[in-house]
Amino acid sequence: MDLTLSTRTQGDRTIVEVGGEIDVYTAPKLRERLVDLVTAGNYHLIVDMEGVEFLDSTGLGVLVGGLKRVRAHDGSLRLVCTQERILKIFRITGLTKVFPIHSTVEEAVEAVD
Amino acid sequence: MESVEIEFTALPAHVRTARLVASAVARQCGVDEAVLDEVRLAVGEACSRAVELHAREAPDRPVMVIFADAPGRFTVAIRDRLPVASAQAVAASAAAATAGGDGRLSDQPGEPNLARSSAEEPDETEIRLAVLTGLVDDLEIEPLETGTEIRMSWPASGRLRTGARPLIPR
Repeated sequence: MDLTLSTRTQGDRTIVEVGGEIDVYTAPKLRERLVDLVTAGNYHLIVDMEGVEFLDSTGLGVLVGGLKRVRAHDGSLRLVCTQERILKIFRITGLTKVFPIHSTVEEAVEAVD
Repeated sequence: MESVEIEFTALPAHVRTARLVASAVARQCGVDEAVLDEVRLAVGEACSRAVELHAREAPDRPVMVIFADAPGRFTVAIRDRLPVASAQAVAASAAAATAGGDGRLSDQPGEPNLARSSAEEPDETEIRLAVLTGLVDDLEIEPLETGTEIRMSWPASGRLRTGARPLIPR
């Protein structure tokens, strides 16, 4: 399944809803979207990964890249994910300590930076 | 020993195909359903690594993946084919990246060190090996004369040919 991306705003938060597979083939599309958002001045991003069926380290690299970009503007990048198979790869790499991971978009929106 | 071999042009689009074949053959070999996600991720990481290396060093050479059933195990070998000089450099770097690693991208437990990479994004080849090391219990990385072979295996309860019907019914 290809990658699907949709973006909406809620207050000063920008929510990127991701669906499908994030891998070496599709990750450039996500990277491009995150770069465009930051370039356009959106520095508080929430990436909703509940529709993601597969994530590999290319995807992790893109998310880390996004985090570095928003942090350069004192921004934030929060993830929404409850899927064990996706969470596992964050745990293996120790990135659960780097990304705030929430159970719902509402929780991520209300979180204080 | 029964086996399935695939050889693909080193392009990102084909990594997904390799993952799909990995799932199908692992299932045929009787790998537990709960482990299939791990197999798919590990094969994807190893194939992506090979594709990235080929893109830099040998875009015209194909990547090879061999799935096989050993007694009680499902085995996968992913072989990249690089020019000799770059293959040796890559193998040395892979050995260093996986030495004593537990998969974490940090020097201190609980404190991932994003600052270690000065680039916008961390080196993906390094992350891939870190993920493989953390994910797969039985992992071997062997330098070949022209490239690297990554070998992995998982417990399996069946055989590839189990349940196969003859092409011509008797």
